[in-house]
Amino acid sequence: MILIHVLILIPILTAFLIPIIGRQFPKLHLGWAALAVPIVLFSFFVSKIPAISSNETIAGSMAWIEALDLHFAVYLDGLSLIFTLLITGVGSLVVLYSIFYLSKERESLSHFYAYLLLFMGAMLGVVLSDNLMVLYLFWELTSISSFLLIAFWFRRKKSRYGAQKSFLITVGGGISMLVGFIMLKVMTGTNSVQEIIAMRDSIQEHELFVPALVLILLGAFTKSAQFPFHIWLPDAMEAPTPVSAYLHSATMVKAGLFLVARFTPVFGGEETWFWLVSGVGIFTMFWGSFSAVRQKDLKALLAYSTISQLGLIMSLFGLGSAALQGGASTESVVYTKAIYAALFHLVNHSTFKGALFMVVGIVDHEVGTRDIRKLGGLISLMPITFTLAVISSFSMAGLPPFNGFLSKEMFFTAVLNANEMTVFSMETWGLLFPIIAWVGSIFTFTYSMIIVYRTFLGPYRREKLEKDPHEAPIGMLISPIVLCAMVILLFFFPNRLSEYLLSPAMYSILPAYQNVEGIIPKISAWHGFNLELFMTAGVVVLGAFLMKTFRFWNIVYDLFPEHRSLDRGYQWILSKSERGSKKATDRYMTGFLPNYLYYIYGFLLLMLGGTLWLTGSIVIDTSNDAPVSLYEGIMVFIMATAAAGILFSKSRMTATLLNGVLGYSIAIFFVLFRAPDLALTQLVVETVTTVLFLLCFYHLPEWSKEDRSLKVRLPKIAVSIGMGVLTVLIALSVQGNKLFDSISSYFENSYELAGGRNIVNSILGDFRAFDTMLEVVVLFIAGVGVYTLIKLKADQGGDEIERK
Amino acid sequence: METMITLVVGVLVSVATYLLLSKNLIRVVLGTAILSHAVHLLLMTMGGLKIGSVPILGDHVDTYTDALPQALILTAIVISFAVTAFFLVLVYRTYQSTGTDNLQQMRGTNDE
Repeated sequence: MILIHVLILIPILTAFLIPIIGRQFPKLHLGWAALAVPIVLFSFFVSKIPAISSNETIAGSMAWIEALDLHFAVYLDGLSLIFTLLITGVGSLVVLYSIFYLSKERESLSHFYAYLLLFMGAMLGVVLSDNLMVLYLFWELTSISSFLLIAFWFRRKKSRYGAQKSFLITVGGGISMLVGFIMLKVMTGTNSVQEIIAMRDSIQEHELFVPALVLILLGAFTKSAQFPFHIWLPDAMEAPTPVSAYLHSATMVKAGLFLVARFTPVFGGEETWFWLVSGVGIFTMFWGSFSAVRQKDLKALLAYSTISQLGLIMSLFGLGSAALQGGASTESVVYTKAIYAALFHLVNHSTFKGALFMVVGIVDHEVGTRDIRKLGGLISLMPITFTLAVISSFSMAGLPPFNGFLSKEMFFTAVLNANEMTVFSMETWGLLFPIIAWVGSIFTFTYSMIIVYRTFLGPYRREKLEKDPHEAPIGMLISPIVLCAMVILLFFFPNRLSEYLLSPAMYSILPAYQNVEGIIPKISAWHGFNLELFMTAGVVVLGAFLMKTFRFWNIVYDLFPEHRSLDRGYQWILSKSERGSKKATDRYMTGFLPNYLYYIYGFLLLMLGGTLWLTGSIVIDTSNDAPVSLYEGIMVFIMATAAAGILFSKSRMTATLLNGVLGYSIAIFFVLFRAPDLALTQLVVETVTTVLFLLCFYHLPEWSKEDRSLKVRLPKIAVSIGMGVLTVLIALSVQGNKLFDSISSYFENSYELAGGRNIVNSILGDFRAFDTMLEVVVLFIAGVGVYTLIKLKADQGGDEIERK
Repeated sequence: METMITLVVGVLVSVATYLLLSKNLIRVVLGTAILSHAVHLLLMTMGGLKIGSVPILGDHVDTYTDALPQALILTAIVISFAVTAFFLVLVYRTYQSTGTDNLQQMRGTNDE
């Protein structure tokens, strides 16, 4: 099924086209062009609902790097279908909303929509990939596009800070996830998620099973802003509101939930998995809602509320995984309700939280502030926005007749069931779940009410606002209206959603329960007077009470002062590691050439010397040496003396002349060693080189004395002698170990092959003529370099840039 | 003979390394020049010394000296000449724009 590959790539390719479209049609608001993409994709995925809901799956694979088991494999089942619908559906609404939110004149829209579409493609890739490595690739691509979108207003310091923070945390988690994936691959030998799920039983006892589980969860927790990694999400609110609504509440932060759901068939039933997912989730749920109440900025409040809701869904996935302990059975089918509730709440959260973000965006856009200390009394000025805010925040608080009520009740059912679990030492700890969940829900109710009451009710103070508030343009209202309509529709017809989307997703998370009775519960608003209903009633009463008395008890928050927060810890680690790495780098990157040469020589001595020593390849065999005549002995003596003399010469002139002596001696050796061509060349080149040195001296000062202290000289002497000895040892060993015959006999046919009697010349001019041509090119380049360095002068402007 | 030449190569490499580690630019360039001398001699030695006659085809000759190292060295001489010339001009230009030929003073600021 090649089509799905194309669908993932469409947004990414369109992202590249967006700047071009922007230049072609300067009058068009680019949002309209971008809007087409999610709508087309959405209608495609909607058309797949009937097939998927009758438990079909669509899979396809394109070979990529087969040797590494890398295939661009896609897999569309119930679980990924829910996510694709959210991505493209909410995506369409957000793009529509952004057209009215972002001004064409002031903002760089081509960047905005290119990043947004890039994200959309990446996110579709995450939920549709069946190959671990491809999944990882798209996973990091969502982090990158999120980074770009948070830093969209990059002139603000806080935007850049938030972008960097989210990037560091999510990519850090992503890397640990990659390691977990590699462990999975090591255990199973395949990169395909579906194949890994099928091999579940055979890897459970593997020693890498639990490490892989923990590492993959780290990736999910960082992405889904679970405690203690949640700190990036509030700072990510610096992004434009459509981005916050889309990435940071509806889709990207749910990638972690998706990952947990996708891997539940692999890891579910394992105790570590159960406790990590449900424990971290439930605590995040409490901590997020507790922190949300103290926020003064509406978007920060929504950020903490998102953290809390993500924690809620996470804990449900954790609780539900207990159903896989000891295989599928009719006794444990009751625990699967948690997973069902998780999926339901995931959809609900996207509807009401998306709408809430849009409402806050409208307030910000029309009033000019999001500070609840300044807002108030907007009800008469913005009645439609007020209605939308009421619907969405009451749904979040868990009140009827909104979808949040249904999933909140199911959440209570799930934690109450957890209390009765008999596995994983839940007998001792089980009671904590309903208590924490209930307390967290009270705070959830409180902050939901704060949004409505502080913004729209209470006294209206015009003097604190920046603009004259008025109702938003209709274009901006359409998207939240659609979402709020969903909020209500889902309350009245939850079982339709269940039939088409939730039940196929249940089967893909819990394939073992495929044929077990009671896996798909019937959702109904009224269950009679049970404990869940009393819990909700308690939440309402206590939540309202807490809101009324907020003034009196908010000193509780002084127990968690700013300077001891996790956020400070993050900043401390960041600045420490920045300073530490700078110190470490400065220590060895000194900018002083000899130091770098020391590293190179040191490495060479260690590696080559070590290899020679360890392999025992030092063989010294002088039996084949040619005899030494007296003149040769004298020449060798002259060379050694001249070379040593260079070191001790006081003037550069002496040193250059001694270098000349070396060069001419070599020329004489070339004569002795039957190489007349070399001797000629060497004579000419040596002469010219010496002249060049002298010419250069005309422009340069006399050389200064080197530092003669022992501290400087000793390492120099040691490394120099070391290099000399190493060279001699290698050269002698090579001569002592003649493994192959010389290939030169081939060239001795040079007259027949190349028509030349001088073998050396034939090699250069014929056999290896191409090399010689390149050599000439080198000479040419050096000549050009010499010429430009002498002739061209940098102008003053260039100098100044360099000094900056 | 080969062993002796190899020892000379060792001496040349040591001297060249010592010069390369100096902080005076001219010494560094001189070091590279001496290093190329050392390499040429080394290549020559590797081919075996004084076996056979000059590698020019003639009538009454049986064996020739290995011609391949000679071809290599010929190339190397020319290249090292080009490099030395470029280095010298580089030193000249560096001195002109920085006013020093001391590497210690060319380190630039610490905060970059």
